[in-house]
Amino acid sequence: MPALGADMEAGTLVQWCVKLGDRVKSGDVIAVVETQKGAIEVEVFVDGVVSNILVPVGERVPVGTVLARIDGAGEMPAAAEPVAVATRTPTPPRAAPEVRRAKPEAAPQASRQKVTPVARRRAAELHLDLTVLKGSGVEGSIRLADVEAAALIQTPPPTVKKGLDLAEMRKAIAAAMSRSKREIPHYYLSDTVDLHAALAWLEHFNAERPPIERILPAVLFLKAAALALHEQPKLNGFYENGAFVPGDGVHVGWAIALRGGGLIAPAIREADKKPLAELMAAMRDLVERSRRGGLRGSELTSPTVTVTNVGDRGAETVTGVIYPPQVALVGFGRVVVRPWVVEDRIEGRPVVSLSLAADHRVTDGHLGGLYLAAIARLLQEPEKL
Amino acid sequence: MASQEPPSPLRMTYREACKQALRQALAADPRVFLMGEDIGGYGGCYAVTKGLLEEFGGERIRDTPLSESAFVGAGIGAAMVGMRPIVEIMTVNFSLLALDQILNNAVTIPYMSGGQFAVPLVIRMATGGGRRVAAQHSHSLEGWYAHIPGLRILTPATIEDARFMLIEALKDPNPTIIFEHVMLYNMEGELDPAVASVDISAARVRRAGADVSLVTYGGSLFKTLGAAEQLSKEGIDAEVVDLRVLRPLDARTILASVTKTRRCVIVDEGWRSGSLSAEIGMRIAEEAFFELDAPLRRVCGREVPMPYAAHLEDACLPQAESIVLAARELVRPS
Repeated sequence: MPALGADMEAGTLVQWCVKLGDRVKSGDVIAVVETQKGAIEVEVFVDGVVSNILVPVGERVPVGTVLARIDGAGEMPAAAEPVAVATRTPTPPRAAPEVRRAKPEAAPQASRQKVTPVARRRAAELHLDLTVLKGSGVEGSIRLADVEAAALIQTPPPTVKKGLDLAEMRKAIAAAMSRSKREIPHYYLSDTVDLHAALAWLEHFNAERPPIERILPAVLFLKAAALALHEQPKLNGFYENGAFVPGDGVHVGWAIALRGGGLIAPAIREADKKPLAELMAAMRDLVERSRRGGLRGSELTSPTVTVTNVGDRGAETVTGVIYPPQVALVGFGRVVVRPWVVEDRIEGRPVVSLSLAADHRVTDGHLGGLYLAAIARLLQEPEKL
Repeated sequence: MASQEPPSPLRMTYREACKQALRQALAADPRVFLMGEDIGGYGGCYAVTKGLLEEFGGERIRDTPLSESAFVGAGIGAAMVGMRPIVEIMTVNFSLLALDQILNNAVTIPYMSGGQFAVPLVIRMATGGGRRVAAQHSHSLEGWYAHIPGLRILTPATIEDARFMLIEALKDPNPTIIFEHVMLYNMEGELDPAVASVDISAARVRRAGADVSLVTYGGSLFKTLGAAEQLSKEGIDAEVVDLRVLRPLDARTILASVTKTRRCVIVDEGWRSGSLSAEIGMRIAEEAFFELDAPLRRVCGREVPMPYAAHLEDACLPQAESIVLAARELVRPS
């Protein structure tokens, strides 16, 4: 059971996406886990064959519990080890691997599930998950009657509520934000950025394209914030065990407000390298999956920095709270038209309030200021984004 | 008026049915004659041929020297030149002395002569345990004979089959062996007067059921039917398939039954290893694997020479209790 957030202690397995004997490769989704942040897809990071499924659907197990085993192709040292699932465990990071190593002995000794040939065939016809059935046949085998009985109940595997539990999510946000404010000495900076050039370019860009290909201003913000991190890499990464650990890429956690309350910030990986159209698509996809459930574990654990954009209906200025163990959060307020001095004249210009909340243990205000200036500069040349 | 009444059923023993079959064959075809040890003056070791010497004379009811190889070979020769010999061997254990004649001549000559010679020979022999006649007279080796291509192997278990299989066997231009289980001779039953012949190619479902197929033949049939009766009291609906013909095996009937019930116990008095039950189980595994809802099971004879002591002999043979146990474990595992 991967840790899919700073304060996750346990998760409920709601769906297996693989079955015994399936070949999986790194990046495949093998299961769906219900967490405080909703249903999250669990990926594997090894290649191999699923040789044992240890946790049945519906079971709630602590973080670190072995969910399944994957026999690797051989060269993988982790082959016989439990599945290396989404690896970043913010609290406490060093302890996580030990937990994973310690667990296999404790894991129940599950043997091969016995299913009679006809029961297996029937279950396949009914799309029934055999792993949740109890067998009444010879040697505890699952037989036709067990499958038919399960099919009669109509709700195939015991239905664990899949989707968002907003009360649970509120608890998770409370825990993460309390920890942030307790542990992270924030400093805050802000700047106002002229968006005249950016929006004019965007209008031109979008005019030639069908609605589906059009790009929102938020994408420009995201790309600019990501690119500017090249100049200030100390804002991109984690504060762990008393030291800064740089991120292995610019993976921007994109804050998404959920209907009915709640907030989630899944990663857009390598946001600095993706072209605008791809970022737009990624953003759409994340919003859609965050709201319906279906985020992957790695998307929740991999952000190296967070960007929040309050959008059209938000406040003019946002000053964020860092998501631990990250060290910075960039905020974009609502785009507003304000009087702006241009070459000694006053013009109405679209502007945005840009803010930075950063961890004073890692960086100082001077560096933060340079970072905001870099974003502002990049937004003046939108065609280069 | 009386002619419109259905004829009343005929009550007789299995032994009598065998004798009536022989009488019918002898009366119907002058080429038919019997050979065997003590079948004439003594009337046969199981008294099947008693009275036939008086009725048909020494030319057609011939006592032979105690040499299975010689008189089975003589039967093969007679069949090759157009006669219809019916050879009796006292028990299947003794038939091993004639195995060379059966395999290397009876079965092989039609093939090696390119069809110039047919061998329309019928061999009858007693088989099986239960009569306390110890380890040289009690085995069930019909599974061995069922291994041999070119033979037809019949195992009449009912009085009807005992009465009518023989005449059909005589029509077959190839050698046929009829195995009569020693424990069936004294069994009494009624012949349906409406039946005048039976096939010698198909298995038959003797009792229809839905939960488990009990596949058996010969001497184990009535034990199996008894087991099915006992199972029905427990709410387990067993189907009983009587193979009747061990070769060529009617796999279709077996597979249809197992496909319906999805569970199968094979009951075979023969030794388990390399047995007919093994062949049937393998056919099911090959042809109906995906229909199975439980492992295949067998109730077979214990793999020892048949003991003489009654309780030991009983313990070595499939019994209704052991069949019930095996079937119950498949349907309602404890």
